[in-house]
Amino acid sequence: MPDVQALVNDFVNQLKKRKIEGSQATAKQTAELLRSVISQQRVPHTNQAAALINAVRAVGEQLIAANPVELAVGNIVRRTLHIIREEDLSLATAAMAGLGLSVASDDEDDMERSDHPVLSAAAVAAAARSTLRPPSLQTLLEDMPDSAAVPHTSSSGGDSEGKSRSVDKGSRGRKLKHDVIEAVNELIQDISTCYEQIAEQAVEHIHQNEVILTLGSSKTVLEFLCAAKDKKRSFKVFVAEGAPRYQGHLLAKDLAARGLQTTVITDSAVFAMISRVNMVIVGAHAVMANGGVIAPVGLNMVALAAQRHAVPFVILAGSHKLCPLYPHNPEVLLNELRSPSELLDFGEFSDCMDSASGAGSLHIVNPTFDYVPPKLVSLFITDTGGHNPSYMYRLIADYYSADDLVVKGRPTTGS
Amino acid sequence: MGAPKKSGGGRVSVSEDSDELVRVPLQAILLADSFNTKFRPITLECPKVLLPLVNIPMINYTLTWLESAGVEDVFVFCCAHSKQVIDYLDKSGWLSQPNFSVTTIESHNSVSAGDALRLIYERNVIHGDFVLISGDTVSNMSLTQALAEHKERKKKDSNAVMTMVIKRSKTNPVIHQSRLGTEELFMAIDPDTKQLLYYEERTDLSKGILHLDKSLLADNPSLTLHHDKQDCYIDICSPEVLSLFTDNFDYQHLRRHFVKGLLVDDIMGYKIFVHEIHSNYAARIENFRSYDTVSRDIIHRWTYPMVPDVMNYGNTATKLERQGMYRASEISQSQSAVIGPFTVIGFGTKIGNNTIISDSVIGKGCKIGSNVCIKGCYIWDHVTIEDGCKLNHAIVCNEVTLKSGAILEPGVILSFKVVVGQEFVVPPYSYVSLLQQPVEEDSDEELEYADSTSVITSRVDKSDEEDASEVPDTHISSVSELGMGGVGYIWQKYEDNEDSRDDFFEREVEATFLRAVNENIQEDHLILEVNSLKLSCNKLTADCAGALFYAMMKYAVDTPHISLDGLMQNVKAVLTKWKKALRSYLTDIDEQIEIILKFEEICLESAKEYAPLFTKILLYMYNEDIIEEDAILSWEDEKRDADEADKVFVNKAQDLIQWLKVAEEEDE
Repeated sequence: MPDVQALVNDFVNQLKKRKIEGSQATAKQTAELLRSVISQQRVPHTNQAAALINAVRAVGEQLIAANPVELAVGNIVRRTLHIIREEDLSLATAAMAGLGLSVASDDEDDMERSDHPVLSAAAVAAAARSTLRPPSLQTLLEDMPDSAAVPHTSSSGGDSEGKSRSVDKGSRGRKLKHDVIEAVNELIQDISTCYEQIAEQAVEHIHQNEVILTLGSSKTVLEFLCAAKDKKRSFKVFVAEGAPRYQGHLLAKDLAARGLQTTVITDSAVFAMISRVNMVIVGAHAVMANGGVIAPVGLNMVALAAQRHAVPFVILAGSHKLCPLYPHNPEVLLNELRSPSELLDFGEFSDCMDSASGAGSLHIVNPTFDYVPPKLVSLFITDTGGHNPSYMYRLIADYYSADDLVVKGRPTTGS
Repeated sequence: MGAPKKSGGGRVSVSEDSDELVRVPLQAILLADSFNTKFRPITLECPKVLLPLVNIPMINYTLTWLESAGVEDVFVFCCAHSKQVIDYLDKSGWLSQPNFSVTTIESHNSVSAGDALRLIYERNVIHGDFVLISGDTVSNMSLTQALAEHKERKKKDSNAVMTMVIKRSKTNPVIHQSRLGTEELFMAIDPDTKQLLYYEERTDLSKGILHLDKSLLADNPSLTLHHDKQDCYIDICSPEVLSLFTDNFDYQHLRRHFVKGLLVDDIMGYKIFVHEIHSNYAARIENFRSYDTVSRDIIHRWTYPMVPDVMNYGNTATKLERQGMYRASEISQSQSAVIGPFTVIGFGTKIGNNTIISDSVIGKGCKIGSNVCIKGCYIWDHVTIEDGCKLNHAIVCNEVTLKSGAILEPGVILSFKVVVGQEFVVPPYSYVSLLQQPVEEDSDEELEYADSTSVITSRVDKSDEEDASEVPDTHISSVSELGMGGVGYIWQKYEDNEDSRDDFFEREVEATFLRAVNENIQEDHLILEVNSLKLSCNKLTADCAGALFYAMMKYAVDTPHISLDGLMQNVKAVLTKWKKALRSYLTDIDEQIEIILKFEEICLESAKEYAPLFTKILLYMYNEDIIEEDAILSWEDEKRDADEADKVFVNKAQDLIQWLKVAEEEDE
């Protein structure tokens, strides 16, 4: 355990000092860290899932506190918690099936639960949740009798089977951990391949001789555009430079290097150019549960311009950017103010910054993010395909469980 | 135009650069002692590096920066209050960081940075290039480039021993000080090689003259002279620097002795270079003004990511709200309290009704009553402010209590645990402490520590006894000094220049004169008082005249004025009003000459503002019959044989003298 704690501390430090940039890198490192937390966690005989969940929660809380602005951290923590729950559930179901226990039915559910408080809390919660929750999209598609199987879990603690369960425990515990780690590995895999997954869809969206506008720099956008280019589509790209960090310049350089016809414009010229644009394609910092987007500063303006000219406004986001929180949630820090030195040179203005000198005082505000409301977004392209903003909550229900929305130890009221 | 990578890269490039050698981890020496007394009285009780800067002890900013800049090995040199520093570092977990080793070096007899470096040299712990920094520096610069430049130069020229980090910052033309309240700094830099050729902290402003050595111009084909640079006190040094300090055991001050020594004496041809940073921030807290300025810069986020909501130490998350309000958790604030922009409020602070707070930093666990007005203040932890207090641009240390209705005028410093009595007004710019002012003033530099421990500890003990007994009323002097129920001593101000210069007589005359002005005393009475002083001090009439004239001019220059014309008006008013008193001492020509000489001295030393007005005032005094033409002429006569430097004012007054001579001839 001490070495895990050291790893956690190290990562917390890096997050605190804003050393890791980009949500993909953060997401991946978070997932890897949580994987090692899970693998080091010693699983007790009872309540394995709860033990894992508590361990992940404890670490997750620290990570989220370390950099509340980077929502990807929280997303991954919640995804991992969800994975543990799901794996526990499916294992339990499998165990039930193996034991051939088929007595229980939906009706017994309530009674059983009150009778057996020894039951794993997580299993009960999972059962309660899945009865309340509409069947997930996955289960509908795969046509699995998931919802029917759930109540069986809760009844698994029946006194008659007490013995056989405890015998089964050890192997099940190891199995659970193993499965969870497998699933987290898959998650890491998904995160690292999300660019390709998204880029694969490029040809469906970008057509011959179109003009695309983007703002700032996003690796996802770069890969997306290049994928279309590789498929022999020829199109033009306008890059708004993305003041004050001017990352658009870097993107334009990369695009030009890959042979795309690229034009750099100032952010303020976006409205003038939008009438010539067929589609706006941009990256995002995070996608909220209502379909709103937290994105680099300046994007709201671009979105408004696009709406005015009825230009499709497309957001590219890997699924690790889907955040189950709503933007009005007080827990979500929507913005981060960076150093004013990105706007102005300190030395040049140092004489007008003190109110004491009588020249009045100069204040500079440099926010990092904009909030783009869902009604301005035409389409989200994630690694699972294109989605409407109003569909986001469903996607989120697939990835996260409602119990995990609040990761903090003591749940705050009203969220 | 790329986004500057904040950090992390430093380590990589270092290892690449020195791969031919054994990889040397980048080391740093952090001086956790300022070796001066600028922060007294606070530093008598707490080391400077632990003073909270926007609610976080200063040393945290420095260590955090060193860590993020890729330094792996830090030696913290503790001198004054070394126990406290070490305890703090231990408690806050800096001593047990992975990948970042912090080692403390303790010393009790070092009185300067020079001593510290000599001691570190003896320990033989520095093996390669190192960063030299003091524990009160705030920065977010990336060392990568500066370090690479330093190494590159070192490879070409082994005499390039040091790279100084500088930053552009305009000086205030009115007060001739930088934003940080330091003296004006002049630097000459070779624009091509960035070699530092000249470094001068204060120059004679009245003359506006800067003395550059002739050889400086002869030896260097080009050189740029800078007046708008700020020294960040971050130096990248080669190990030779330490041995240089050891060889020259009289080097004490890093800049005044070491840098000047290298530049002027040209020892062994060692060279210093500069590295200028543009978008990043770096500043050192040297005095109370820079404490204020840097705090403001932090609140305005110039030091990002070293800002309160990112650096949450002690697990009390601070949130940034609209208009730059930083609020920690668990604050209880009355609905009617108004908290202005750019304010920081610490964990668990309580704020009462109708209280107004603006531009201030408030620490954790403070209790602020109702109808309190706090403006531009720095209030540290666990301070109690009762109802109706007014605080204006003050620093209030831990556990101070302000009884109801107390008022702090601008510039007040209240040291730890001071109690200000009810309705008491603390005069502007006063320092208040539980400890008495150290008697012997060694004034100069070097002493945060006074003379060793003995004196201070004895005082601390004494104050501890007071605390223990907790009967402030028995302490008669404190009651009178800080009002009803107050505890603490108001320190006498020591303005080094004025006081050292003046003798007792002149000060007394000045005080008498000021009393006369303020209380509207009759001229005759003033004359009487000055006469009695003259007798008691055994002075001549000429001395009285000089002293009185000095007092008048000082009063005139201290009266607020905007321009030279305003000053002239002041002088005229004062001279007209007190003409009679002055004239009663000017019966003789010698006394009048004395006045002119005195005036010259004033122009040269104490009140340089008068220099441009010299002739005008002289003429005015002539017209008002305070001095006669004979006096002026014999003054000129007396000066005829003097040095050229002494004749500045004679030359200035040449027109007047000529005119007088012509008038004389015409009369005849």
